Amino acid sequence: MPMTMNRVSVPVTVNAEKCIADKGCTVCVESCPLDLLAIDMAKGTAYMKYDECWYCLPCEKDCPTEAIRVDIPYLLR
Amino acid sequence: MSDMIAEVDVLVIGGGTAGPMAAVKAKEKSPALKVMLLEKANVKRSGAISMGMDGLNNAVIPGHATPEQYVKEITVANDGIVNQKTVMAYAQESFNMINQLDRWGVKFEKDETGDYAVKKVHHIGTYVLPMPEGHHMKKVLYRQLKKARVEITNRYMATRLLLDRNGAIAGAMVLDTREGTFGVIRAKSVVLCTGAAGRLGLPSSGYLFGTYENPTNAGDGYALAYHAGAELSGIECYQINPLIKDYNGPSCAYVTGPFGGYTANAKGERFIECDYWSGQMMMEFYKELEGGNGPVFLKMDHLAEETISTIENILHTNERPSRGRFHEGRHLNYRHGMVEMHISEIGLCSGHSASGVWVDEHAATTVPGLYAAGDLACVPHNYMLGAFVYGQFAGESAADYALSHELPAVDVAQVEPERKRVLGPLSNAEGLPPNQVEYKLRRFVNDYLQPPKVTRKMEIGLDRFAEIGADLPYMSATNPHELMRAMEVHFIRDCAEMAARASLYRTESRWGLYHYRVEHPEKDDANWFCHVQLKKNDVGEMSCFKRPIDPYIVPLDEEEKDAYNRLRIVKQAATA
Ligand SMILES: Cc1cc2nc3c(=O)[nH]c(=O)nc-3n(C[C@H](O)[C@H](O)[C@H](O)COP(=O)(O)OP(=O)(O)OC[C@H]3O[C@@H](n4cnc5c(N)ncnc54)[C@H](O)[C@@H]3O)c2cc1C
Ligand code: SF4
Ligand code: SF4
Repeated sequence: MPMTMNRVSVPVTVNAEKCIADKGCTVCVESCPLDLLAIDMAKGTAYMKYDECWYCLPCEKDCPTEAIRVDIPYLLR
Repeated sequence: MSDMIAEVDVLVIGGGTAGPMAAVKAKEKSPALKVMLLEKANVKRSGAISMGMDGLNNAVIPGHATPEQYVKEITVANDGIVNQKTVMAYAQESFNMINQLDRWGVKFEKDETGDYAVKKVHHIGTYVLPMPEGHHMKKVLYRQLKKARVEITNRYMATRLLLDRNGAIAGAMVLDTREGTFGVIRAKSVVLCTGAAGRLGLPSSGYLFGTYENPTNAGDGYALAYHAGAELSGIECYQINPLIKDYNGPSCAYVTGPFGGYTANAKGERFIECDYWSGQMMMEFYKELEGGNGPVFLKMDHLAEETISTIENILHTNERPSRGRFHEGRHLNYRHGMVEMHISEIGLCSGHSASGVWVDEHAATTVPGLYAAGDLACVPHNYMLGAFVYGQFAGESAADYALSHELPAVDVAQVEPERKRVLGPLSNAEGLPPNQVEYKLRRFVNDYLQPPKVTRKMEIGLDRFAEIGADLPYMSATNPHELMRAMEVHFIRDCAEMAARASLYRTESRWGLYHYRVEHPEKDDANWFCHVQLKKNDVGEMSCFKRPIDPYIVPLDEEEKDAYNRLRIVKQAATA
């Protein structure tokens, strides 16, 4: 079956300056009820891997360095 | 590859609201029991209350309400179709549960004398207890889980229940959603607490996860119970809520109502007497939305500055705290404008309406050893406090059952096909992406099932759902996350079929908009004053049948029966 990739803008932005994933933090990854966040090992920061967000905010609230910002997903903003 | 196998006494599936309570209560009942709480997400932040809650919608507190009054209110709000014994069991435990939560550290609103400050939102009685600082619910529960030494297993999802050769519960089959591996958990008893079927209809934004319910809840427990042979009930009594348009979360009239906010039409006028969510209320909402006076709004711009900042503080820090962000993006300030409202997608949820797995007043389903609590258990309008109370019943019942039963043997004939079904998408490199299948399925749900319900449309819907059923084995998953989504699509499809079949079976209209059938517009008590049950029959087909309503333990007089049919405000004729 032929496939393609569609680009989508995602609602979660991680501030690379503040994120301490390189020091082993995975708090947001564990908080997200939909399991949408992951750590980019090369960059040492968290990022949104899947666009399936409930804009519920545990990731943002639990981040120890206030590195996460959740926007309302574009389709409903 | 060999499967992960665990052995426990009591397995609680779903660690949102009811689940943690069930697990703690099973342990309290008998500390020696091995109790496992299995959660698709992480119990610290899972479920409908992941960010807390802004109030109890159904607190039965002495001095403000009696259990009898509450049973009456819910009987009327649910158009007569209730097993009153289950509602009564809730109402009688409601106050004890509030006190226990209070002791555990949940903060409820109290007046100067230290009494609970209950507000009136319902049509008849007074049951809403605000929790302006209710954002720490999950922390409170987590502390109790640790204290009771419940074994917590995060990021696993149950995919099917296991039965012994007599049809009693024997455990569950699970997917490790991080590793993509399959497992078997043997248990003497199981408690289902997997929440609503919240990913059934497609929100009008088109965003699959912009649902009213926490979208982790795809209807898993409805499908798990169905495939285990349990009876379900009231599936045709959909959940449809009045929500902030596009944002698709509650606004919320229960919070704003006691402060003087109300639901209004485009002219800023009230058109319903009471903002308590019921099918009858949603019917008036729908008529106003579609009629010349629409759209519908939540009006607060007449309130004092002080009041509005209090409301903002509650609505923008609790439950769905991103509400404030949404309004900011739309340049809406409660002081100067009204909040545009809309109708949610359809869902199944007994927490709000009545669709669920059939349970008795001890939270027992019709499958021996299987218990259910929370949004997926049929105890109408049960909300959060009902999830806690039935969580307690279920935990205690499951502990008792486990104490008097042996661990059943595992039936390989059930495990083999399930492993194939669950892991199948990982080996379909070229198959359909689960999100595309889900989008199409849920668009069909909107097209064919959303009320007003039309017979021919629902029949066509069944054809489409069958075709999607044939597509399911051809889904592909490139990683464990997609595999979890693929399994959820199976659940959603099952729920869609249940919704269509139960709706077709009940050939009358009831519960206002929830079950408004165009060809049968009238309520028909002579033929349909009964529960509609749904079950997998002996030849494996989905079948519906009637279950008589148990004689009421709290009788209603004629005047009361009609209360929820008089929600529309009747304008007094102007005197000449
Ligand atoms: C936005 C919103 C606002 C609300 N406001 C109020 C209010 O103000 N007052 C009130 O009283 N009630 C309110 N409610 C209702 C109340 O929150 C629910 O009735 C109650 O929390 C339901 O509890 P539950 O345990 O059934 O479901 P949940 O708390 O949702 O828990 C279900 C859990 O099961 C897990 N799960 C799902 N499938 C699986 C699977 N296959 N395997 C393992 N785990 C699984 C999920 O991850 C989740 O953690 C609101 C609900 C929502 C959505
Ligand atoms: S807002 Fe909620 S769903 Fe979205 S990424 Fe954060 S925790 Fe996950
Ligand atoms: S919680 Fe914050 S600091 Fe930790 S990984 Fe996530 S974004 Fe980075």
